[in-house]
Amino acid sequence: MNYFLTEEQEMIRELAEQIAREKIRPARARLDEQEEFPWEVVGTLARSDLFGLYIPEEYGGMGGGIFENCLAVEQLARGCIGIATSFAASGLGAYPILLYGSEEQKKEYLPPIASGERLAAFGLTESGAGSDVSAIQTAARRDGDHYVLNGTKQWITNGGEAEIYTVLAVTDRSKGPRGASFFIVEKGDPGFSFGKKEKKLGIRASSTRELVFQDCRIPANRLVGREGTGFVVAMKTFDKSRPGIGILGVGLAQGALDLAVEYARKRVQFEKPIINFQAVQHKLADMATKTEAARALVYAAARHLDTEPKDASKVAAMCKVFASDVAMEVSTDAVQILGGYGYMRDYPVEKMMRDAKILQIYEGTNEIQRNVIGQELNKEYGRLKESFF
Amino acid sequence: MHIVVFIKQVPDAKNVRIDPETHTLVRQGVESIVNPFDLFAVEAALRIKDEHGAAVTALTMGPPQAKDALRDVLARGVDDAVLVSDRAFAGADTWATSVTLAAAVRKMGDVDLVVCGKQAVDGDTAQVGPETATVLDIPYATFVKEIVKSEDSSLKVTRQTDEGTAVWRLPLPALVTVLKEAGEPRLPSLRHKMRAKKAEIPVWGIEELGLQADRVGLSGSYTQVVRVFSPPRREERVLVEGSVSEQAEQLYRYLKEAGIPNL
Amino acid sequence: MKAIVDIDKCTACGVCEEVCPYEAIVVTETGAEITDECTLCGMCVDTCEFGAISLPEVGAGAVEDAGQYRGVCVYAEWRDGAVHRVSHELLGAGRELADARGVELAAVLLGHSLGDLPGELVAHGADVVYTVDRPELARFTDEAYAGALVEIVRKKRPEILLAGATSMGRSFIPRVAATLKTGLTADCTRLGVSDEGLLLQTRPAFGGNVMATIVCPRGRPQMATVRPKVMKALEPARREGRVEEVDVSAESIRSRVEVLEVIPEEDRTAKLTEADVVISGGRGLQKAGNFALLDELARMLGGAVGASRSVVDDGWIDPSHQVGQTGRTVAPALYMAAGISGAVQHVVGMQGSKTIVAVNKDVNAPIFDVATVGVVADLLEFVPEFIKTIRRARGEDRGEK
Repeated sequence: MNYFLTEEQEMIRELAEQIAREKIRPARARLDEQEEFPWEVVGTLARSDLFGLYIPEEYGGMGGGIFENCLAVEQLARGCIGIATSFAASGLGAYPILLYGSEEQKKEYLPPIASGERLAAFGLTESGAGSDVSAIQTAARRDGDHYVLNGTKQWITNGGEAEIYTVLAVTDRSKGPRGASFFIVEKGDPGFSFGKKEKKLGIRASSTRELVFQDCRIPANRLVGREGTGFVVAMKTFDKSRPGIGILGVGLAQGALDLAVEYARKRVQFEKPIINFQAVQHKLADMATKTEAARALVYAAARHLDTEPKDASKVAAMCKVFASDVAMEVSTDAVQILGGYGYMRDYPVEKMMRDAKILQIYEGTNEIQRNVIGQELNKEYGRLKESFF
Repeated sequence: MHIVVFIKQVPDAKNVRIDPETHTLVRQGVESIVNPFDLFAVEAALRIKDEHGAAVTALTMGPPQAKDALRDVLARGVDDAVLVSDRAFAGADTWATSVTLAAAVRKMGDVDLVVCGKQAVDGDTAQVGPETATVLDIPYATFVKEIVKSEDSSLKVTRQTDEGTAVWRLPLPALVTVLKEAGEPRLPSLRHKMRAKKAEIPVWGIEELGLQADRVGLSGSYTQVVRVFSPPRREERVLVEGSVSEQAEQLYRYLKEAGIPNL
Repeated sequence: MKAIVDIDKCTACGVCEEVCPYEAIVVTETGAEITDECTLCGMCVDTCEFGAISLPEVGAGAVEDAGQYRGVCVYAEWRDGAVHRVSHELLGAGRELADARGVELAAVLLGHSLGDLPGELVAHGADVVYTVDRPELARFTDEAYAGALVEIVRKKRPEILLAGATSMGRSFIPRVAATLKTGLTADCTRLGVSDEGLLLQTRPAFGGNVMATIVCPRGRPQMATVRPKVMKALEPARREGRVEEVDVSAESIRSRVEVLEVIPEEDRTAKLTEADVVISGGRGLQKAGNFALLDELARMLGGAVGASRSVVDDGWIDPSHQVGQTGRTVAPALYMAAGISGAVQHVVGMQGSKTIVAVNKDVNAPIFDVATVGVVADLLEFVPEFIKTIRRARGEDRGEK
């Protein structure tokens, strides 16, 4: 469908598509097999100016928004979401600084993130705090001109590879939801180390590690925004980053659909290409329709979110939940269409199915997304002046 | 330092193939690409620019749509581009092409180095580089894998030969033709893509280059094509069946009969 | 200048429009029209079964003093004290041309300390060998060698000058042609001569998908580089021939380039482009270590190991083994493509091979379209089995390995 992209948006899409075709597709199977971080592709992306799409020009970025970033991530995801996640997660890590950082912090950290020179990562999840963010235990204690962090973050994307981490820690337990704050921690800060690299079902090219803080001492100017704003920063960050997860789903679904249709046209059984059988055709039809619907939703959501709307949380949750569910369905259907070949690691679809699952889990499980939407609907309709009856 | 890179827009090889039934050439789609070897030349030039500072200009002789090839390399970081185009240039063999390109290089004036890809995948002659250098009367080196700039204004180049490599000192101004080893082509960057889209590309025709019609194009060529035909048909293809050991046996027998040496 | 359509012969069938690689033909009901995009490549001329398309003749008549050029001359390349086999092939082809023209066949030998190489050239068919033996020519440079050859041509005026399309030939022969201001055709696979003395130079074009025949009506000498291992050398025999040392000025063989170092390749076993047998591997090998299998087979057959671009890019083998559009072009007697899918960029580098064997477990791989013999099997199973078969046939195999 024509989404009426501007010339520059078209260029972003073209360039990301070229990178996916020339650099990601040839490497994806090996990186997945070896569980190797895609440094070479990251280098290519850095030189391509794509890392800074959503960062303002004054900090070395391209001055675009969530939508422009989605255009790039979609094409990269069509190649491999393990690699695309490594790219997108740097954005997730950067958002707290971009949204709430001081001028000095933005000047210090955003330019190297925009140029791809340094990767970022977002540290929220803990072993006891997944969906229930308020259960975090990692604490930051003020000590003169420093903060001292103690605790462990779990399953952090880009953990160990990134150099800049935005980490949520409790600064005042007595204040409950107003008692946490974000901090910028850098690789190499004293008392900051990493756990082992996790072995995962999918996105195996992406590095997932624990962040371990043992009396980690950082200067006080690493506090992002004011003390106590942590949960708000996290929620606002997710409002910006969730379309990115949605678009990963769109890209993956498209990649799976491409393979399924091509295969169905070539595979001959009972003397016909199987695409001529209605069962296969109907499946492909549903896959294609869902993928396009997901794309239309994420694009519209991204454009809408770039206008700083009031219903940001609901819209962000919608595009994440819908597109990630579509990705899981479409990739599973693609494996089914490829049949035995779909199950073999020699062919790229089984990886897509394995990769897709995470999209329904991270950055807020799809159950949480549905909670958000439900609660927002409740609030929205509570403000109605007129009845629909 | 001013470096000029010669590029050529060629039909994409995978879209030009022989129809196995009719044995005629079949062209699928409009895809034109930058000659792959020229991308290595562009990369080699950009690496010198990155390391020592230089202005890199891409030059191509072709029809108006060759501007797309120029924009492609501008998007990769080349600074300027010039299109040499005129109906009078059509049908040029490598000599007439070299005369024309040499005139363009002379018009630019301050060129220190010309970099070309080894050969174009449509013509496959590898002649334009050396012939242009001869017309310009500058020294050249072919099949270069590596270029190192020395403090004096000369280059140390490593060439691939049939029996190994040779290292030469090449005084500037000079011309080199390069191989894949000279550099894996970098991808475009978004900023350069945007600049390339807006770039003004001058077009130099026969008048701007101050050339005579009988020196260029088909009229200026010494060679011309008189016939084009399909290569001789390969014999019937054989598919060897059976278990792996049966296949091995059959292949052995086939090759023995075909007179393969050393079996 | 563009191709010419004879409207009377044209039936508007549309075939030419389809084959034009530059989209320069538009066919309407009235006939074919050639647009300005035409590059005179000649593709349509042969395709038209009605002979309705032709190319314009090259400008002015024949060169005025064409009659003053007589003789066929061949540049004889040599290294390490031995004449390169391409020189023998050139003499073989040159002999036929010289006999057809009723003229002398000369060979040119450049270098330093030439020993009795001239004698070998006579034994292979040269009527006369022109030598330039100078210390300045001890190591190859384009300018020195071109300078010497140009001097010889100017003195001896051959009507035809041939050289091998080796890396040396492709490097300096264009300079000779440009200095003499004459035509040069690269990488010919067939040579003939017309009654009027025009050298008919046939070579592959468009990556080998078609053949083109080229002439040089008004430049002299008519120059061509010839693809190695295609022409037939003559059997060496006791032949009559003279050796003439040619004097050239120091000026003419001066070089602006300085040779700093010449490094022969360490691996002296059968080099890729020279080998009679090439065993190539691609992604089907699964991992770099499996090249050892192909190594073994290649060694058994006295051949070389080749590779597709993707495994070279992944670092499984040195780039010097790459066969294909951006690698080497090979044309051995036997080319085995094991675990190579057969993308066109690879195929153009080996489709001139005499016998092509494809080993691939995917029966739909495009490599089977270009193979003479296809083996649908996993190369990791097939190649060891094939090695065993050869050993057995040679009587080397004593019981199970």
